[in-house]
Amino acid sequence: MTERVIYELGRPGRSACFLPDPDVPRAQLPAEWVRGDDLLLPEVSEVDLTRHYVRLSQLNYGVDLGFYPLGSCTMKYNPKVNEDACRLPGFANTHPYQPEETVQGNLQLMYELQTYLQALSGFAAVSLQPAAGAHGEFTGILIMRAYHLSRGDTKRTRVLIPDSAHGTNPASTTMSGFEMVQLKSDERGNVDLDDLRAHLDDRVVGMMLTNPNTLGLFDEHVQEIARLVHEAGGLMYGDGANFNAMMGIAKPAELGFDVMHFNLHKTFSTPHGGGGPGSGPVGVTEELAAFLPGPIVERIFDEELCECQEDEEHCAGCYYYALACPEESIGRLKAFYGNFGVMVRAYTYIRMLGAAGLREASENAVLNANYLQVRLKGTYPLSHDRVCMHEFVLEGRLPDAPGVRALDISKRLMDYGMHPPTNYFPLIVPEALMIEPTETESKETLDAFVDAMLRIAEEARTRPELLHEAPHKAPVGRMDEVRAARQPRLRWTPPQT
Amino acid sequence: MSYVPHTDADRRAMLAAIGVRSIDELFADVPQSVRLPQVTLPAPLSEVEVMRELREMSEANADLDHMACFLGAGAYHHYVPSVVQHVLNRSEFYTAYTPYQPEISQGTLQTIFEYQSMICGLTGMDVSNASHYDGATAMAEAVIMALSVTRGKRRKAIVAPSIHPEYRQVVRTYTQGMNVEIVGDQDLEAGLDALAGFLDEETACAIVQVPDFFGRLESPKALAALADAAHKVGALFVVVADPISLGLLKPPSTYGADIVVGEGQPLGIPVSFGGPYLGFFACREEYVRRMAGRLVGETVDGQGRRGYVLTLATREQHIRRERATSNICSNEALCALAAGVYLAAVGKRGLRQVAELCYHKAHYAADAIAQVPGFEVRRREPFFQEFVVRCPLRVAEVNDMLLDWDIIGGYDLGEAYPHLDDHMLLCVTEMNTRQEIDDLVAALRAIGEGGVE
Repeated sequence: MTERVIYELGRPGRSACFLPDPDVPRAQLPAEWVRGDDLLLPEVSEVDLTRHYVRLSQLNYGVDLGFYPLGSCTMKYNPKVNEDACRLPGFANTHPYQPEETVQGNLQLMYELQTYLQALSGFAAVSLQPAAGAHGEFTGILIMRAYHLSRGDTKRTRVLIPDSAHGTNPASTTMSGFEMVQLKSDERGNVDLDDLRAHLDDRVVGMMLTNPNTLGLFDEHVQEIARLVHEAGGLMYGDGANFNAMMGIAKPAELGFDVMHFNLHKTFSTPHGGGGPGSGPVGVTEELAAFLPGPIVERIFDEELCECQEDEEHCAGCYYYALACPEESIGRLKAFYGNFGVMVRAYTYIRMLGAAGLREASENAVLNANYLQVRLKGTYPLSHDRVCMHEFVLEGRLPDAPGVRALDISKRLMDYGMHPPTNYFPLIVPEALMIEPTETESKETLDAFVDAMLRIAEEARTRPELLHEAPHKAPVGRMDEVRAARQPRLRWTPPQT
Repeated sequence: MSYVPHTDADRRAMLAAIGVRSIDELFADVPQSVRLPQVTLPAPLSEVEVMRELREMSEANADLDHMACFLGAGAYHHYVPSVVQHVLNRSEFYTAYTPYQPEISQGTLQTIFEYQSMICGLTGMDVSNASHYDGATAMAEAVIMALSVTRGKRRKAIVAPSIHPEYRQVVRTYTQGMNVEIVGDQDLEAGLDALAGFLDEETACAIVQVPDFFGRLESPKALAALADAAHKVGALFVVVADPISLGLLKPPSTYGADIVVGEGQPLGIPVSFGGPYLGFFACREEYVRRMAGRLVGETVDGQGRRGYVLTLATREQHIRRERATSNICSNEALCALAAGVYLAAVGKRGLRQVAELCYHKAHYAADAIAQVPGFEVRRREPFFQEFVVRCPLRVAEVNDMLLDWDIIGGYDLGEAYPHLDDHMLLCVTEMNTRQEIDDLVAALRAIGEGGVE
């Protein structure tokens, strides 16, 4: 089942949007600037347009269609109320440069969200500006850089990153002008302490650590790691991709992290949108607060503004909210203030769950992962046989089905109506299948997944071709990716006549 | 409320299967001293309560449904056809992840392929990527790409002072660890000729904005001359473009652009207090392997059926890690979908119509404001939809008084451009009716008369 390209559905002269004639006199157009008849855009009617996109949507798989155990991506259910909240006209139809006093609602929401993220993480300050996790990482490393430079410490150029890390960690390091040093993991999936010690010296900017890590394991030495890195004068960066295991369980600042990004689109239930928009706020300790990207939102208590006649502590909210730039800010990471529409969704989620609900979410995310791990580890090799956090990694290779790979298992899962786990990551596990069920899935759904995985293991032994040729029920089969890369066709062009 | 569906019986059964007595046991690896900390958050709310609270907060704002808005400066109030939001509301699109599994992601992949095609159509470039966070970060990535294209041997990027001030700040933030020199905007009044003066063998790229931050259009000839001069020293020519204007104006390919970037928000995305927006990024084919971000390409499946995949991924962080062209992972896919639906909905004729409406209305407004005593329109022809007005009072004061007329006034240029203290940048789009413009003119007239007291 395929869908024609939208250009192929049109005819010259059609349109799905009719605009009014000008209600003002026409001005002289600048002849040297006016474009000829070269603009290639679709010309379609509204009904054809609507059907095109609805048909395309039906070729897609989303969380709303079924189980999506994509490790390290936290594909939890996205509550519908979030979508209503961010589309309230008072939020959606405000311009970023409106006078501050006309956007007090927006600024209050941002301020409150900053404090909620502080409360959950233990950090002293938060900037909401970064647009995604990788953007937050980049922000965090620039903050570490600024911290060392502010102390006149120019020797530090090396960032320590475990071999289990996301690819964004080393890439963000390079963008910051630093060199990555890769650390080994030990046999329990923790950072190898000896390897860490061997690399600690006065050239170390700091360490980037995802905890729980991408094996789904809580590093058993995290406090020792932080102590060692700090002793060497480095800082601890926390990659918050896996914070869904930690809400109300432990505060990263208390574990020894100095700076961390949050993924609002993972932990705080905002939808992934087919690849974005996300939001990657960054939290820091008091010591680093002055380096945050600006502007951030400050709350100002002014007795004259106060209508409730209480002092600051008891005031019912008669505050003024203002944008301010931290003193030694690394600068802005994007235009304006961050992905506000995503912030509204995350705010809504946190308000509805509260502290107890967020902890319950993390606890059940971990419960669900351990349940799946226990039920599957007898069939598929488990990377590290420990209690896991919100995710775990299996090896997608079966002793008695030598030709079958993680890719085959992933594709076959599609035939069972489920999204595959993350595969071939982390890189340190052969044929990795990284499974993160999230807390929003019921036991029945988890059991259905287990059943599918067990049946696939059986099929791998008895009818391996079923796996090699999978998926059978998807709109298209496996794509020729080599051809896509060798003969790149990256835009539609009209057929040659 | 935590959206957890488990019953107590479910939990007991699962704990028994795992072989632990309580969920707490699963967290034994977390150091006891910091486990289960006090987290102080407001008490949880039900859905009806949270929506009430949010509605109140949103109504503490003055929004553009209730105010006439003449603010632009990088975020533009344009009409969004109903069909755009309806497509975006399809949860098969918005609850999907990045399309790494093409067999069940053809919807997202094809919409991005179509988006890439439309961006190429607008800009005249050969290839477009799947999106960046916004126009500012797209411009920063263009600088990084130019450094890479010139093999890391060149350390200078020239930026015109008439580029959005926040874009210029973002380039500096992005490149602070890269040993790069950003020049060209130290003299905020410098023109194109002065920019050409910075070009040398060290230059990786020169960047201009068209129309510039003040709404002005340099002549295509002057821009082409700068492009030629850049090419002569082996530098790339980068253009920051307004996508709506490209419905009316010549594409940057016609005056020598190698890379075209910009803010895609005007294409069907609400102003939403500054985000989420859409950075578009397009370039000439020869640079495709140096591009940042995701690319969707057409191919076939085993049965020869046409389909789409993420391609040329060896540029990207998840494959290339520390040697990737950028660290970008999540982008703004849903905003790219909105832009694609918008462009398909308005089509070739509609986009031209929107652009012309903006142009005519902005000129009507500029002509009328020029007649208001005390206000001086600092116009220079040709301009698109924005122009500069000198005010008889502080811009903040004018804007404050305009609020009484239910008008959101212009952008205060004084902070970013000290020589333009008391100058505001006004923007007029197809959303502004003649009545609104007349009201603005009347309000300014009243303010001007009051101001000379």
